[in-house]
Amino acid sequence: MILTKRLKGWPLTLVLATVTGLSVAPFYWLVVSATQKDSDIFAWPPKLVPSSNFLANLRDLNDKIGLWRVLGNSLAVASLQTLGGLFVALLAGYAFAKFRFRGRTILFGLLLSTLVVPDQVMLVPLFQMMRSFHLLDSYQALVLPGLCVPFAIFMMRQALSGLPDELLDAARVDGAGELRVLLNVVVPVMRPFLAAMSVFLFLGSWNSFVWPLIAMRSPEMHTLPVALATLHGQESNTDYGAILSGTALSTVPIMILFLVLQKQFISGLLAGATKG
Amino acid sequence: MSVAVTGRRRDENSGNPHRDTAALADAGRRRAKRASARRKAVPYLLLAPALLTFAVFKAYPILDSLRISTTTGAGAATRGAGMSNYQRLVHDPLFWQALRNTAEILVVQVPLMLALALLLALGINSALVKWRAVWRLGIFMPAVTGLVATGVMFGFLLDKDSGALNWLLNGVGLGKVDWLGSGSGARMAVVLVLTWHYTGYNAVIYLAGLQGVPKDLYEAAMVDGAGPVRRFRSITVPALRPIILFTVVLSSIGTLQLFDEPYILTRGGPDNATLTVSMYLYENGFHYFDFGYASAIAYALTLLVVILGVVQMRLMGDRDK
Repeated sequence: MILTKRLKGWPLTLVLATVTGLSVAPFYWLVVSATQKDSDIFAWPPKLVPSSNFLANLRDLNDKIGLWRVLGNSLAVASLQTLGGLFVALLAGYAFAKFRFRGRTILFGLLLSTLVVPDQVMLVPLFQMMRSFHLLDSYQALVLPGLCVPFAIFMMRQALSGLPDELLDAARVDGAGELRVLLNVVVPVMRPFLAAMSVFLFLGSWNSFVWPLIAMRSPEMHTLPVALATLHGQESNTDYGAILSGTALSTVPIMILFLVLQKQFISGLLAGATKG
Repeated sequence: MSVAVTGRRRDENSGNPHRDTAALADAGRRRAKRASARRKAVPYLLLAPALLTFAVFKAYPILDSLRISTTTGAGAATRGAGMSNYQRLVHDPLFWQALRNTAEILVVQVPLMLALALLLALGINSALVKWRAVWRLGIFMPAVTGLVATGVMFGFLLDKDSGALNWLLNGVGLGKVDWLGSGSGARMAVVLVLTWHYTGYNAVIYLAGLQGVPKDLYEAAMVDGAGPVRRFRSITVPALRPIILFTVVLSSIGTLQLFDEPYILTRGGPDNATLTVSMYLYENGFHYFDFGYASAIAYALTLLVVILGVVQMRLMGDRDK
């Protein structure tokens, strides 16, 4: 009985292994191809064993797009947006979760109502706004519109309303101001949730494309996705190795981070699906 | 006013033997009142950064976009245009083509992907399966990848003559497919890429839902002689209904706004076969700098998103209500 049950699991396990293989295979191909010479990337049959050209490809890419500058832009913008967005959402979520005040329902509804409005609606007005303040081609153009994330505020409120009031009152009795309560009591308790939230915000910024494509006009202000897309879109371009090494570079660190912090990644990305 | 009041209180208190304690209590009350006023201000102070950034970078652009959609021309030559951008939109064959492309991709891709995701979730959730944490992790990986990286990667993988996918298809005797060079092939390519990117994500959502279904429901159904299909239809689907609704709405809205994948993979081609509404908006706004028309497209898109969301919630929402 136990034996047949064990055997019965194998076909299903095999199917899942195949699907998982198909999910992961493109990454393997990417990493391998990023190490090939340009001429070998289009080899038939495809080369599936790593070669030694990765650093040469990266150097090539650096000559084309100023890799380190572009990577720095991406990192700076994503970090600032994550920290800022987290801070704004933490304060607002705390207010909505733990205070009763006039206008609470209306303000919360107002914030949430913008969730049904596609981001594309804001592209033209934001572009005009940033242009008139001479903020195109600056980090501010990307970071400022990313500070208020209604979805993050919503998630923060959900998570913080589960926090027992006694915990907060105890700190208040000891004479702590609200900011201190927030930083010394709420933040330490909520650390896993805040980590998941950070992943959500960071990935959103790191991978965002349309707005950076519009707001960052000069090549030295490009983020990594914009620089890669621009290079990829040039008809004359044949630096396949360079493009693929850059793509690998934009993907692999996130993958490693994902394998290390899988719990935070999954709950961060699923934030909306399950009421945390 | 408050000075007068305190003054009178002082006079009253002067004849009181417990003057000190009363004054102390009075001061305490005043402090409490000030503290309560401060406490009342606290939530507004906490909300200030969110409301400020919301007003400037969300609410204002949304409203301004509506105004811009009734203008035409650029820069100093901008002038009012009434509803003419919307009239133009209704008669614009390219807009309709973009809408048709988007709808075609949506209608094929969303059901295909969600069915696949549900099957995967059921598989991983099965008691028979081994190493389920590995499968869960593996199928989630594509969701972490940026869309530009995904697009670039698949641009190579789907190459007609030397892409790895055609090499595989050729190897099993199915021949080569012209993924990016033909209209239907390009739409299939977009469907394929979207499915690769989001199936695991949705499967993990379903998996979380499945783990919330009480095990004894299944046991009771088995005792009553219900087979696996019956159990799936009568227990699993009703239990997952809200989550399925959520994923349907989320995926549909996401696909309606499709931009990154076709922009990288096909630039909307060949011959506009993969031009989406969002790409058309971008083209008008930031190639031709026709801000009025782009804003009209944006509002048409918003209308579509809202209608689709409402219809889906009506059709699939809680039937008990």
